[in-house]
Amino acid sequence: MTHIAIIDYGMGNLRSVAKAFEHVAPKARVSVTQDRRDILQADRVVFPGQGSIRDCIRELAHWDLLGVVRAAALGKPFLGLCLGPQALLTFSEENGGVDCLNVLPGRVVWFGELREPETGERLKVPHMGWNQVRQAGDHPLWRDIPQDSRFYFVHSYYLKPEEPALIAGQTRYGFDFASAVARDNIFAVQFHPEKSAQAGLRLLANFVDWNP
Amino acid sequence: MGLAKRIIPCLDVDRGRVVKGVRFVEIRDAGDPVEIARRYDQQGADEITFLDITASSDDRETMVHVVEQVASEVFIPLTVGGGIRALDDVRRMLNAGADKVSINTAAIARPEFVREAAERFGNQCIVVAIDAKAVHQAGETPRWEIFTHGGRKPTGIDAVEWARRMSAYGAGEILLTSMDRDGTKQGFNLDLTRAISEAVSIPVIASGGVGTLDHLADGILLGKADAVLAASIFHFAEYTIEQAKRHLRARGIEVRL
Repeated sequence: MTHIAIIDYGMGNLRSVAKAFEHVAPKARVSVTQDRRDILQADRVVFPGQGSIRDCIRELAHWDLLGVVRAAALGKPFLGLCLGPQALLTFSEENGGVDCLNVLPGRVVWFGELREPETGERLKVPHMGWNQVRQAGDHPLWRDIPQDSRFYFVHSYYLKPEEPALIAGQTRYGFDFASAVARDNIFAVQFHPEKSAQAGLRLLANFVDWNP
Repeated sequence: MGLAKRIIPCLDVDRGRVVKGVRFVEIRDAGDPVEIARRYDQQGADEITFLDITASSDDRETMVHVVEQVASEVFIPLTVGGGIRALDDVRRMLNAGADKVSINTAAIARPEFVREAAERFGNQCIVVAIDAKAVHQAGETPRWEIFTHGGRKPTGIDAVEWARRMSAYGAGEILLTSMDRDGTKQGFNLDLTRAISEAVSIPVIASGGVGTLDHLADGILLGKADAVLAASIFHFAEYTIEQAKRHLRARGIEVRL
């Protein structure tokens, strides 16, 4: 039986993530866990996160999970959600500047004062609601998801990967930002697939089937 | 191409049943919350808000179960409001499967509660609900004040100032209800909605008074709301969410369809 481990380090409610996986993969074992061995032995690892990046990195350290996340991100199908992809980059501007896991090279940057370039209309921050994702190319996790599908976002900081090759999807909010990044066995999205109705559930199902 | 404006059906829940009152008085039964949430999800609702209007704290457990049931089969954001007074209440609702909680009276009683909740659980899950009523006379500069107890008790707090303060305290979103309009089907208070939306940088959900699909569009186009919330026009099947979205699109508003 496939074992999907959702890393629980005290950042946000993971029940929704677990429920969504149980829904798309009824035969899998889905665990919400902070047990190092459980995570390292799982077939697939999900790295979620909510809240601030400082607390995120601090809690990972507190639970002695920094090395575990890095190890899992090296070897097996690995899905980052929301704050997860931010934590995977090198550095975040949030909370006065926080060093992150440096699994993927890049920075996390505040949206700041945003305006729609064409209309001059002020854009609200957090970027909250359903926005479109332009897929950068074919990836097994985009299978059967129409180009420009909408997913649910809620965030004030965005991903700025160093290499364009890392960008798996882009979203427009005043400008184009990376809403999905990928490399080898890693796929990480800024939005919440577990709250994105059919498109989101499809992405989670694709992750369960993914053999990078 | 861009962020869609949201339509959020609101379910007033009393002892496990969806009800709808007019101006907080006359209560009509509208059905089973799980069934209604499922139907709204299928019609394309962007989020669902549950407002627990249960008076007794003994019945709060019922609301936790409602959220648990809905969250295990409806995969869109869920907000729960009503009776959120302590960090433990927030935790319980989030653990049950809510994505956001809406704080109203407790924020007025102790504004620091909003700051503490946002720091502990993240701004993204803290919605501050503001119930406001016009207090200016005809011909005067518009002014709105916060009211509690279903619109009966004035607080003396200016609504625009309050919205700014709550945003500074870490609220991720504001749910704004016009008490003058709630349940009247005369449309949102557009001046109030625009004043609040322009005063803060966080998203504002307009609520109170929707009777037609044009009211929803006006809330966005004229009131500058980021999302619109309505209850009775959807519960009593006057319109489906999809019809509402098609109408918004026809008026040039970006929606998720």
